[in-house]
Parts: sequence; structure tokens; C-alpha cells
Amino acid sequence: MSEPKTISPGTQTNDGSKKMLVAMVGIGVVCALLIVFTYEGTFGRIEMLKAEALEQAVFKVLPGITKTGIFELTPDGKFISSDGKDRTKTLVYAGYDDQNTLKGIAIEASGQGYADILKILYGYDPASQTIVGFYVLESKETPGLGDKIEKDENFLFNFKGLSVALSEDFKTVINKVVPVKFGTKENPWEVEGITGATISSRAIGNIIGESSATIIPLIYQQKESFEFAPNDPTK
Amino acid sequence: MSTELKNIALKDAPSSTDEFIKGLWRENPVFVQVIGMCPTLAVSNSAKNALAMGLATAFVLVMSNVLISSLRNFIPKQVRIATYILIIATFVTMVDYSIQAISVDLHKNLGAFISLIVVNCIILSRAEAFASKNTVGKSAIDGLGMGFGFVFALFCLGSVREILGNGSLFGFMIFPESFQEWIVMILPAGGFFTLAFWLLIFNHYKLKKAKS
Repeated sequence: MSEPKTISPGTQTNDGSKKMLVAMVGIGVVCALLIVFTYEGTFGRIEMLKAEALEQAVFKVLPGITKTGIFELTPDGKFISSDGKDRTKTLVYAGYDDQNTLKGIAIEASGQGYADILKILYGYDPASQTIVGFYVLESKETPGLGDKIEKDENFLFNFKGLSVALSEDFKTVINKVVPVKFGTKENPWEVEGITGATISSRAIGNIIGESSATIIPLIYQQKESFEFAPNDPTK
Repeated sequence: MSTELKNIALKDAPSSTDEFIKGLWRENPVFVQVIGMCPTLAVSNSAKNALAMGLATAFVLVMSNVLISSLRNFIPKQVRIATYILIIATFVTMVDYSIQAISVDLHKNLGAFISLIVVNCIILSRAEAFASKNTVGKSAIDGLGMGFGFVFALFCLGSVREILGNGSLFGFMIFPESFQEWIVMILPAGGFFTLAFWLLIFNHYKLKKAKS
């Protein structure tokens, strides 16, 4: 190795800074372009695969269904049948059994987790007014800790009959779903957390609480509009 | 580099095969250098996950080695680490999107570990110790060697863990129904057991070679 050079103050330092700036900005721009090209190149396929995964997830959160139908929420609060292409709209997925009876509705929700935004899907059964299933669509939670929300059996058991019963006028959820500490669950609307995944499991409880408080009254009031076979007979 | 140093470097320059074997075997990143333990232990619970993680890391390693080596005279010393991270992070992002486009399930299994390739010390150490001082060709071979050394090591761990812990390899059952799976092998503890077992074999072999 050659001896370290001493940089004399003045123009040389300026040159040095300029070189650093040029190198960093230059490489930054090239890197940004590379990322943009990859993103554009893979976007279509990723969206397609995600839609497929979502379809499968609907079957996981609504037990006993054989068909699904997609509905979107219009700005005036009505649910209408949708092709599900426009992902910016609020979409819900109705599940039916062989006799075309509505078995439940899968709702997508998201919120801040520990590492990043958590995207989940949960199944709502209007007949029993409970949440019957839960599935994590997207999560970057810490492996071994936060990602227990996907695997912990005790935690997942929370979502077998989680109460979201509505008030008499069907306008509000009587008891909003709330997260509680592990071992302190007393009521059917509480989500018992996981020790070692406190923030992630609390986040799930809160995401479902917020989402269900607004969307479930709307769904329940219009549950008749879901009561027909989906327009796409192949599904 | 001064001309004198260059001459010495040329005289002692190892052949390409040597450079490749170095990473794959003699200086294997996992079994000899024992670096990059976090992904090694965490994602080696099945042969498929191990292979995917290994290949993703190998790709990033080769690409970043090539780019860093070709820019080695352009990157000022003071900002080299920041620049390396920038370059590595770019390739990791590209890999991340590509894996998502291949399979959502695989992406879900590898999860946060894909993004964590950015801080994988194997890649940064090769950039700093090798690519920043050697030609593009050599750096590419070094990256390939180290990359495949990592794939090999992960596969060694992943296959043993999947065979014993799940009775299968790449999802195909290889034991009869009556086989009692060693669940511990696919749990984190199994990763440590398997790593220790492979390190034992490697060191035994190394000692034997040194004696003879």
C-alpha cells in the first residue's frame, strides 16, 4: 500500500468533495434507474400473482366456501359487484358454499406494524356476527419474533369467533375489537397478544378493531346485496 | 496501485479456477470464514428456501463485485462504504422484485431476509477486501466462487434439516410414512445443531489434511 496522502487545505479539498459528490450522485442515479427498470418489468406479474394469492387467502379466512365474488364500496357507502381490477377502491370478497348461500365476507385491512405496513385479510360471518378467520397477506415483521402473528396457534385461535356484534340499530359495533396482553383475555371481542411479539400482535388487534368498526356495520346493513351468486360462474 | 505492487500481484496471481475454488471450498464463507450466520441459520429450514436464499445472495454478490470493481478507480476512498451499500442495496431490491415475480409464497417464506442481504457481511467483505482492489474479471470469479460457496453451505444445512425435520427433500417425501420427523431440526435449534455438525466435518477434514 502507498503511504496515505495528506490533503492540503484549499482547492484540493474542494476537488475532493466535488469528486465525492459526483461519485455518489452518479452512482445513485444509475442505481435508481436500475431499480425503476426492474420495478416496471416485474410490476404486471407481481400484481397478477398477488391477486391469485389473495383469492386463495379468501378461502383460508372463510371456512367451507367453494366460490367467491368481489364487491367494491362506492363513495356513497353502497356495495356493488366488481371485477376487482381497480385496487385503489375498497374491495371485499364474499364467499359462498355449493348452494350459493353467503358464508361470509373477507375484508382486507392494513396498518402500521413493527417494521412496516402490515396487510391482512379477515373473514366476517354476518350470521354469527363474528370474525371467523385471519391471514397475513404482507408482513416484514422481525423473523422469529414479530412474525409469530402468522404462526402462533394460540394467537390465531383468537380469530375463531371473535365477537363484532352490532348495536340494535346496526350502526356501530357494540364492543370494538381491542388487543389485550397474553393471558388476560376475558371477553369475546378481545385479541390476546403474544409475548415476544407484543407490538406486532397489538397492531393486528388494532387494525382489525379500526377496520371492523367502520366496515362491518355497512356490510351488515346491506347483507342482502351480497346474497346472490357471483357474476363470474367460473369462480 | 504502484507498478511494483502490480508486478508482484501478477507474478503470484492465482488462476481463475483457483480463485473460484477458493470461495467454494478453501475459504468457504460459512464453513471456513464462519460469516453471514444470520441468514445461514434462519433460512436453511428447507432445501428450497436455502437454495433460493443462496442464489439470491450469489447474484447480488457477483453483480456488486463486478460493478464495484469496474468503478474502483472512480469511487473516492472516503465514501466507498456508502457507495458499496448503495450498489448492494440496488441489486437486493432488484432481486426482491424478481423473487416476488417468481413466487409470492417463496417471497413470503424468505420474508425480511431478502432485504437483509444488504447488510450481509459476506457481500460487503468481498467488496472491500477483493473487488475494490482487483480487476472486473477476477472480482466476478471471486463473487461466483464465494456465492456458490454460500449456496453450497446453505444447501448442506437446508437439505439435512429438511430430510430429518420433515422427512422430505425439495418437498418430495423420501422416507416411508412411519418415519418420525425430528421437529427440532426445522426449528431454530436445529440450525445450530446442523451447523455444528458440518463445521465438525469440515474442521476434521482440514486437520487431517494439515497433518498429512
